[in-house]
Amino acid sequence: MSGAVYIAGRGAISCIGKNVQENIGALRRGEAGIGAIRYLRTVHANTFPAGEVKATNEELRDLSELTGTNSRTTMLGLIAAKEALTEAGLWEGGQLKKTLGGRSLRIGLISSTTVAGMDLTEEFFPAFMANHSAGRLRNVYQHEAGATTEYIARALGITEYINTISTACSSSANAIMLGARMLKAGMLDIVLAGGTDALSKFTLNGFSTLMILDQQLCQPFDQNRRGLNLGEGAGFLVLAGEQMMEALGREKRVRLSGYANANDAHHQTASSPDGTGSFMAMKGAIDMAQLNCSAIGYINLHGTGTQNNDASESTAIHRLFGDEYPAMSTTKSFTGHTLAACGALEAIYSAVSLEEQILFPSLRISLPVIEKPGVVVQELRRVSGLQHVLSNSFGFGGNCSSLLFSLS
Amino acid sequence: MYINGASAISPLPVFDALNEGVRFTEPEGARAKVSEPDYSKLIDPKLIRRMSRIIRMGVATAMDALKQAGLQQPDAIITGTAYGCLDDTGIFLRRLVENQEEMLTPTAFIQSTHNTVGAQVALMLKCHSYNNTYVQRSQSFELSLHDSRLWLTENPDHSVLVGAADELTDYSFALLQRFGLFRYHTAGEGAAYFVIQNKAADSTWAQLKGVRTLFRPDAAQLDLIMKELLALAGGSVDLLLSGERRGDPEGENYKSVKQVLGAEIPVLQYKNYCGEYPTASAFATWLAAWCLKQGKLEHEGLSIDRLRNVLIYQADAAGYHSFILLSHVKL
Amino acid sequence: MNREQLVEDLKQQIIEQLNLQIKPEDIVASDPLFGEGLGLDSIDALELIVLMQQKYRIKLANAEEGPKIFKSIDTMADFILANQTPAAG
Repeated sequence: MSGAVYIAGRGAISCIGKNVQENIGALRRGEAGIGAIRYLRTVHANTFPAGEVKATNEELRDLSELTGTNSRTTMLGLIAAKEALTEAGLWEGGQLKKTLGGRSLRIGLISSTTVAGMDLTEEFFPAFMANHSAGRLRNVYQHEAGATTEYIARALGITEYINTISTACSSSANAIMLGARMLKAGMLDIVLAGGTDALSKFTLNGFSTLMILDQQLCQPFDQNRRGLNLGEGAGFLVLAGEQMMEALGREKRVRLSGYANANDAHHQTASSPDGTGSFMAMKGAIDMAQLNCSAIGYINLHGTGTQNNDASESTAIHRLFGDEYPAMSTTKSFTGHTLAACGALEAIYSAVSLEEQILFPSLRISLPVIEKPGVVVQELRRVSGLQHVLSNSFGFGGNCSSLLFSLS
Repeated sequence: MYINGASAISPLPVFDALNEGVRFTEPEGARAKVSEPDYSKLIDPKLIRRMSRIIRMGVATAMDALKQAGLQQPDAIITGTAYGCLDDTGIFLRRLVENQEEMLTPTAFIQSTHNTVGAQVALMLKCHSYNNTYVQRSQSFELSLHDSRLWLTENPDHSVLVGAADELTDYSFALLQRFGLFRYHTAGEGAAYFVIQNKAADSTWAQLKGVRTLFRPDAAQLDLIMKELLALAGGSVDLLLSGERRGDPEGENYKSVKQVLGAEIPVLQYKNYCGEYPTASAFATWLAAWCLKQGKLEHEGLSIDRLRNVLIYQADAAGYHSFILLSHVKL
Repeated sequence: MNREQLVEDLKQQIIEQLNLQIKPEDIVASDPLFGEGLGLDSIDALELIVLMQQKYRIKLANAEEGPKIFKSIDTMADFILANQTPAAG
């Protein structure tokens, strides 16, 4: 049952907004959400700026309508997931719509995370370390990546198919990819695909040891960039095929027309200088959509702001496009690097670019990595005739994924 | 789908099974540690230094499976792990606490990410192919098999390297014990990788006939799946590899499955050999493939002359039920 | 501090920190650590930066200083002798 895969619903929560509308509003106004760390308790609170969701865990608990002890990752994920399902018309009266036109729906959840419940585990650990009988077990119920997804699935009432992908920064792009493949194979009717990651000391300190964190507001894709700012958040897409879109009464506007997953196989954390994995991912997505490179009107870059990524990604782009660059920008200049969530969040931003024919800027650029005038978008730009957008997500372990969205 | 390469590292010494055969021994004590090969003979010593145990296990079995299938590079590398790289996670957490977020070292952090096993395999092979890692508790391996099957449907001529790994550390043992997981049963760990292709070969171990995963099914749903699988098996199953453990609270589920299969169905409880851990069904798959390769099984009162179909079933307290059906292949 | 002793200490510490499967006698103090020689990589460089801080209380603010300082055990020893802050107390 091959066929087109459409976006039926979107949900987003990040440092620039607690729902899609707030996120897009901030992108339009050029307002980033990165600053001193206020919610996570860490010794580095004033050293490394981060993009925290502007809500305490108590506030997130209310927003997510969860009870009991829940990881921030789970709560963020559930909030975005519910928003996506609501937009798709699948969440009504606090319940998942499981039948449509008398037919029962096979709904799958493919989430992703790198941190999972580590925010709670790292609070549990000091007591446990000193005494293996100490620490409250409820703080580790959601430690496992699969557990955070399971809790989200249970809160939503999804049982047909539950899966979690963990491939570092490419995670939610891979989740979306798997969702599309399963829809095309007729294995599911609806897929809720995306990812979630909350800021944690583990991650913050981990990235710090790699010396790739910027102590100022990051300047990704600038020649004088100093590193990345971490973010947190969750993004989910509801994906559906042609018939299901009609049954849902959803407008078929944005289509996932291409995707590819390739491995750089160069180094555990550094990307290859010639950007092999990135090149293959982008090319694979474009080839799958049966397009020429010239058809791509915009790239939502992975663009983290590290020396290595931006160099490698721009090299790969040059290898693919030569000097005929599409416009490009990195929204991580707004949100920070949201790790597992970035693929899905940036997919949503890319879809909006298509629907509204606008390109969001890369903030705080003085000297862009690609100097050709107009290539790196530095201010909100209205466009016309934008048909195809590429969104990149390249992670540790060489996991490179690209998604190609097209206007229908 | 044909399993044309299969390799496992387990508390049961099976890594050299193709040469040494398999002698069933049950691990003693509360914790079962894997029986490991000499990694220095398999992996470049310069690379081993940075690899924790779970990565060594994963890499060694992956390389072995590929070698059996005569492949330099697979077209897809798909890995399942429930807990990820626990040792490095524990090390980094410990240092985080001890050093109060100062002077931490990168290696443990880098190695702690869930996709490290799959990534390391790709790195060693310089393999740019599709690479994914699934982390869904006791279904991590089955979901990897699902993707493998999907991949081979989309790319019929491809070869998929699929496997799973989970390790047991001092911290995880102490913690999981508190959840009551090892109350009556030994804690375990292990890794297994398989090469799966659409064509049989000289190196074929068995055919993968079906994989089914369910979350909190009711009796009717379980029954439906059982009937589907029985039909796939041509009406009867010769051996049930059961994930049931001593004192298993899910005993009722295992009973109903056995009932559908027939009261006299020979049963082998695989966790008696590999211990309890989430991706033990990868070990079970190896064991099933091994038995099917021999075509028969003679073990502890079980005497099956003609082994044609083996069904693996496990159910856990969280409500995950999985089935894997394998069949004998006449070469 | 005695330079000879420092060089011996460094060899031992590097082997430990980087989990190298060799003996101190196997390391020539003037041999390159990265690229050829011991064949260390960028992750090892980060580990050495932590080593500098932990054992010698020298903080490298910039990862880019690394390659110069960590060229060989000799250059590391020179750097430490030139920059070591006196021990507290």
